[in-house]
Amino acid sequence: MTTYAPAPRKPLFGRTMSRNKMVLAVARHFTMIVVLIVILYPLLWMVGASFRPANETFNTLSLWPGNFTLDNYVDGWTLGSFTFSRYFFNSLLITLLSVVGNVIACALAAYAFARLEFPFKRTLFAVMLGTMLLPYHVTLVPQYVLFNELAWINTILPLTVPKFLATDAFFIFLMVQFMRTLPRELDDAARLDGCGHVGIFRRIILPLSIPALGTTALFTFINTWNDFLGPLLYLNRPELWTVTQGLNSFLDATGQSTFGPLFAMATLSLAPVVGFFFAAQRLLIEGIATSGLK
Amino acid sequence: MTDVTRTAQAALLDTPPLAGGPSDGGGTGTKRRTASRRSGSRREAWVAFGFLSPWIVGLLLLTIGPMLYSLYLSFTRYDLLSPPVWAGFANYERMLAADPRFIDSVQVTFLYVVVSVPAVLVASLGVALILNQGMKALSVYRAAFYLPSLIGGSVAIALLWRQVFGQEGIFNQVLAVFGIQGQSWIGNPNSALYTLVVLNVWTFGSTMIIFLAGLRQVPRELHEAASVDGANVFRRFRHVTLPLLTPLIFFNILMTTINAFQAFTPAYVISNGSGGPLNSTLFYTLYLYQRGFANLEMGYASAMAWALVVVLGIFTALLFASARYWVHYGDER
Repeated sequence: MTTYAPAPRKPLFGRTMSRNKMVLAVARHFTMIVVLIVILYPLLWMVGASFRPANETFNTLSLWPGNFTLDNYVDGWTLGSFTFSRYFFNSLLITLLSVVGNVIACALAAYAFARLEFPFKRTLFAVMLGTMLLPYHVTLVPQYVLFNELAWINTILPLTVPKFLATDAFFIFLMVQFMRTLPRELDDAARLDGCGHVGIFRRIILPLSIPALGTTALFTFINTWNDFLGPLLYLNRPELWTVTQGLNSFLDATGQSTFGPLFAMATLSLAPVVGFFFAAQRLLIEGIATSGLK
Repeated sequence: MTDVTRTAQAALLDTPPLAGGPSDGGGTGTKRRTASRRSGSRREAWVAFGFLSPWIVGLLLLTIGPMLYSLYLSFTRYDLLSPPVWAGFANYERMLAADPRFIDSVQVTFLYVVVSVPAVLVASLGVALILNQGMKALSVYRAAFYLPSLIGGSVAIALLWRQVFGQEGIFNQVLAVFGIQGQSWIGNPNSALYTLVVLNVWTFGSTMIIFLAGLRQVPRELHEAASVDGANVFRRFRHVTLPLLTPLIFFNILMTTINAFQAFTPAYVISNGSGGPLNSTLFYTLYLYQRGFANLEMGYASAMAWALVVVLGIFTALLFASARYWVHYGDER
């Protein structure tokens, strides 16, 4: 070992270090807060603008509206041929079905990969990993042709049925990784008590996998809620539109006067995603902590 | 939540041993399992395929089948109304030789990827390094930085971006404070794409979370040992932290690039579906959508999709091939 630092300097060095450390910590927090303000400013501005009355200018950096009004929400909600209650209902229906389908189908497949022996297991696992890297474009056209043949255009089936068939392999993989960390002794104990694989899956694996199921549910919710291309392809009638399509239709009525209602509805459309994120953050981190996932 | 994802992502990178492989089932259950294997294995296989059946049906009907059909369609002319007509390599030839908009879309997409992927990586690694210095309120920062990743691809944010970088937008308001005369950044073909780059960088949080998780696993002893040997902050970063992060850098390059190639919603919303002004936001995916679903040229759109698969496949293969020269795995040390 080579130590070049002379020993006598040590205490002096330590004292200046602690002051330096304080300065550094303050500088770090300052930098991070400035970056955060820049990042979050547009979002906060939009929320503020959604409460701005129509006669107030949007040509301002101020976050706080001069006068609060809910007019934008009332106007935005009823703008267009259908109200946003319809769009929110459609989005919610598609999203909930997607979450249920994705969680069930992925959990079933993940259990097989994590716990069971079967022929071609390695090959199928590799295929599953491969589909994660596949660009979705390559199935876009043929899936449309297929759903068109089935007369599923202008129904929610093309957006929900694939979720019941576990087409999003990433979540299978996530659950496999999680289930592999669960002790096999629990399976064996349940088997001694007379449980079959269905019983082990339902009574042991599923309840213990709740953190992974929750993560899957949350991400499926957010991805489906934000999805635009899918509804754009398959839902062409305004009464079937989702929130994203409703928002996009604001663009046809361009002009400064629609900015208020636009931002009001945009804020509302983000609210469930942001709300779920904050609500689930703690629960999920606790789940990770208790399950001992590395 | 992010940590679960990260674990999966990190594990993907390490190409984990297969679940339930030969080494599994150790401990108390071994005897029982091997004893029951002879009589039970065939039944277990049936049970397994029962569990897998939704996924297998989906794989065949919604992924592999469509892929093959798409490959066939790419050699045809097909407008959805009349049956496909065999056209040989006509679609591919037209793409490369007789379609200036296709060339535009390729250029736009490459520029977008080449500019925004490094920017995302540098921003996320930089913030992760700062947050990793034992900062208080780490979880608050982490959550706040992560939030844009969840909503960055939404229509609402794309609409907001139109305002932020429009003529009257808040970006120009900020410039005005410094006395700079702004312009409509969305409306100018020279800057429109860069507003989308900014949007992509805005969502650096998810990448940052992965780096942060990796940084927190760098053993403190290594840093201390390096300091004792006289290494300063930069040398410690260069010779201790960076090598240990290479697996995550590899993973993040792969995923950020693949995602950037597939961006659609922001470009569609910002340009009202046109890819304008002057094709400056004509992402590959947007052009594919226009060809396939606005012009009903399903054969041409399929050819475009397969060209993308080939390009991304080559990119992925090259990246994996390069990994042995610069990615360090822990057990090699």
